[in-house]
Amino acid sequence: MITWTNFVSQVFNGLALGALLALISSGLTIIYGTLGVLNLAHGAMFMLGGYAGYVAYDATGSFVVAVLAGTLFMLVVGVAMERLIIRHFYDRPHEDQLLVTFGLGIVMVELVRLFFSSLSKTVSPPAIFSGITKLGFLFYPTYRLAAVGIVAVALLALYFVLYRTRLGMIVRAGIEDPVMVDSLGINVYRVFMIVFGIGSMAAGFAGIVNAPVVSLTPDVGEAILVQTFVVVVIGGVGSFPGAVLGGLIAGEIISITSMFNPGYAYVMLFAAMTLVLLLRPQGLFGTRGRE
Amino acid sequence: MLKQRPFLIEALTALGLIAAPFVLPHLGFAPDTVNRILVWGLFGIGFDILFGYTGLLSFGQSAFYGTGGFVAAYLLTRAGFPYVVLALIIGMVVAAAVGYLIGLLALRRTGIYFAMITVAIAEVFYFVEFNPLAHWTGGENGLPGVPTPTLYLGFATIRFTTGWSLYPFLALCYFIGIVLALRIVRSPVGAIFSAIRENPLRAAAVGHNIHGYKLAAFVIAAAYAGLAGGLLGVLQAFMPPEAFTFDTSGQLVILTAIGGRGTLFGPLVGASIWLYLQDYLQSTLGLGAAWKLALGLVFVLLVSFLRHGIIGGIKDLYHFVSGKARPAGTEEPASLPGLDFDAANDAPGPGAGGAATAQSAPARSRSASGFTGPILQATGLSKYYGGVIANADIDFSVNPGELRGIIGPNGAGKSTFFKMLTCEVPPSAGKIVFEGRDITGMTVTEVCQLGLTKSYQVNQLFNRLTVRENVTIAALAELRGKFKLDMLGSLQKIPGLREQVDHTLELVNLVGRRDTPVSELAYGEKRRLEVGLALASSPTLLLLDEPLAGMSPSERVETVKLLKSIAEGRTMIIIDHDMDALFNLAERITVLQEGRVLVEGTPDEIKSNAQVQEAYLGGVHGVIDQ
Repeated sequence: MITWTNFVSQVFNGLALGALLALISSGLTIIYGTLGVLNLAHGAMFMLGGYAGYVAYDATGSFVVAVLAGTLFMLVVGVAMERLIIRHFYDRPHEDQLLVTFGLGIVMVELVRLFFSSLSKTVSPPAIFSGITKLGFLFYPTYRLAAVGIVAVALLALYFVLYRTRLGMIVRAGIEDPVMVDSLGINVYRVFMIVFGIGSMAAGFAGIVNAPVVSLTPDVGEAILVQTFVVVVIGGVGSFPGAVLGGLIAGEIISITSMFNPGYAYVMLFAAMTLVLLLRPQGLFGTRGRE
Repeated sequence: MLKQRPFLIEALTALGLIAAPFVLPHLGFAPDTVNRILVWGLFGIGFDILFGYTGLLSFGQSAFYGTGGFVAAYLLTRAGFPYVVLALIIGMVVAAAVGYLIGLLALRRTGIYFAMITVAIAEVFYFVEFNPLAHWTGGENGLPGVPTPTLYLGFATIRFTTGWSLYPFLALCYFIGIVLALRIVRSPVGAIFSAIRENPLRAAAVGHNIHGYKLAAFVIAAAYAGLAGGLLGVLQAFMPPEAFTFDTSGQLVILTAIGGRGTLFGPLVGASIWLYLQDYLQSTLGLGAAWKLALGLVFVLLVSFLRHGIIGGIKDLYHFVSGKARPAGTEEPASLPGLDFDAANDAPGPGAGGAATAQSAPARSRSASGFTGPILQATGLSKYYGGVIANADIDFSVNPGELRGIIGPNGAGKSTFFKMLTCEVPPSAGKIVFEGRDITGMTVTEVCQLGLTKSYQVNQLFNRLTVRENVTIAALAELRGKFKLDMLGSLQKIPGLREQVDHTLELVNLVGRRDTPVSELAYGEKRRLEVGLALASSPTLLLLDEPLAGMSPSERVETVKLLKSIAEGRTMIIIDHDMDALFNLAERITVLQEGRVLVEGTPDEIKSNAQVQEAYLGGVHGVIDQ
């Protein structure tokens, strides 16, 4: 039976999922926009960030430490990955980049499986966010509400970095034309490394923030990766506003459809993507020819 | 080389398939493993045509594998359909039909987008199988009880059951699959697939409907996947829902990359290594679940260091050992196997004839369709990019047989003007009439098919193909039209193809280099081939965008001779900055400046025109200074 309460609570769920997708997709889309590499390991990095946070949480019992650890660990992993492997693939065909990041994703997932087994792990939310909040006629898990806020803050921070700092200006210029940025005397490779680091960090942060909502398994990144692709196709490759709007649209579609029949959530998501492809192939905020 | 003997590959494959049951058990292969390798190999043949040959990397092949598998399994179990082979074929046809619909959507975008869309599509199929269609597919339980095939031969009945008893049936399917695939990649369609992989833009510009061909490759891949999916059910006597998972698509990509893409046999080799190692790591080394980690690492290393997979590595080793090492840094020339005309018989001495002495290629006779008047007429042609005016209100007309030159300072809008004439970019305003037909708004492919084409300012060649293959692809567009699915036809049997290719090679003086991959050509040779690609489609109107750019003085002299020789019997428009060459070649010259026609006249008139001198010597700015 679908009630108003039910519906509003699903809208909130959609908002939470949407904000999360927006953050992960932003990471994916700025990496692709700047470096020209579609990182198929992005879902695995989301998962890895969650596990890194879990380890820290297990050792200290502090959720804040877990978030910091998960985020910083992914920054380090991202920078290392760019320096050691991705960098050697800039001059190779797109297909090779897809293959190598796909392989790296498998390695990450299987490494985690080796150390933590396939059984799910849980991270408890911090005490102040535990329990249930009463929102008028609706009771809603406090942490989920908090997660929306936390992710929104992260998105704002990302927005600030991209649109209000010198680095962000260079990154956005690099999305438009990396060759031009290079010839202006800016070390593009250093920028690439930083962008890959930031993108990975966004995935890792999302991974640990999401950990108390859904329990962790090594395969948690795979479904997220697919949803992220849909978000990027809807929003337009290389566009930060596109990733945010696309994320929210995708989150709401999944949640509201699930209320009627979870089996159709993906079908509806796919239908939305099809609609965008038919009416506006470059995505809502995309630029023609950027692929 | 192997490829010069007809049916050698087919014969070797047959021998290998017959020998396998006698050899492989001694190497520790279980019969079930061998059967699974064959299913993956068959699945991969179609994928390799899509990825290795056409250059479209799909991460969504599980959608068609699952579709074909579940349709066949449903027919054979719940629907009680008795004919296994027929059910497999129906599954294959349904998968191909679904592939057609999905291809229409996924191929709206290329590159990264295409890969992402295929992933999303495959995931949707997985969920649909589990939920809305669970009643038909058994949901997470799959469909148990898929029967094995029986062949009635009239005099005898062969029952295939499991293990080695099923092997001959799978081997036969694989053999038919590989024979058809070899035909396809050697056909004109296969040649165009390779052209699309190398340079889709140019493949379209020489007159091929690349969207149609991409869709064809997509459907072929879906059909192979559908058949393989059906065979998976037969092999396991059970249709598992896992056939639809992203993991299946991913594994197919991995197997193909490990074995070697663009080889057709890559997936078979990859699957052999993958499944053998899986058994070995799991049981002998006792790695348990860590086997996938080990294989993931192997895969990353292979992609990083052995670009063309195991088969590519073996080929490189062969070339190295036999002393025919390719120069460092060159790609493996992905040759078109069908293009082996008997090279020994007819090779004239390199450079014999040369540009100046070869007679002109016949332009198409279709211009003689009673049409008179200017061959090309543009009126009011304009192009704006936002507030930037690239071309404004250009009126331009060329008579048949004319050789027109276009000059103008940098940024005058010459290249944009050409792009509008060949319909690469749509004009913001104005109209283009070619041979009395309004071509405004047509595609570059359609216009090329009508006999109007262009050689590019920056070389647009099919880099990993040889010179002759390049020219062949352009000539095919004229001889076959923009789209034709002669997938099982042979390149050699296309009437006039060989003559046209040889003739074009003579014209552009590349006969001696015809079997050289483009990536090994000198710059001047690439420039000549660029013109050759445009010429090979026998255009009635040929546009040349800076054919002399970047050439040395001696190359210029040679190219001017070449241009003179090809001008006979056709109409040409040439953009260039080399005034002396152009004044010498052209009968009339049009001068563009700041997107408009400044003046038009004979070379002598242009030379003495005050406005032109001002435009080039900065007189305009002089006026402002006053």
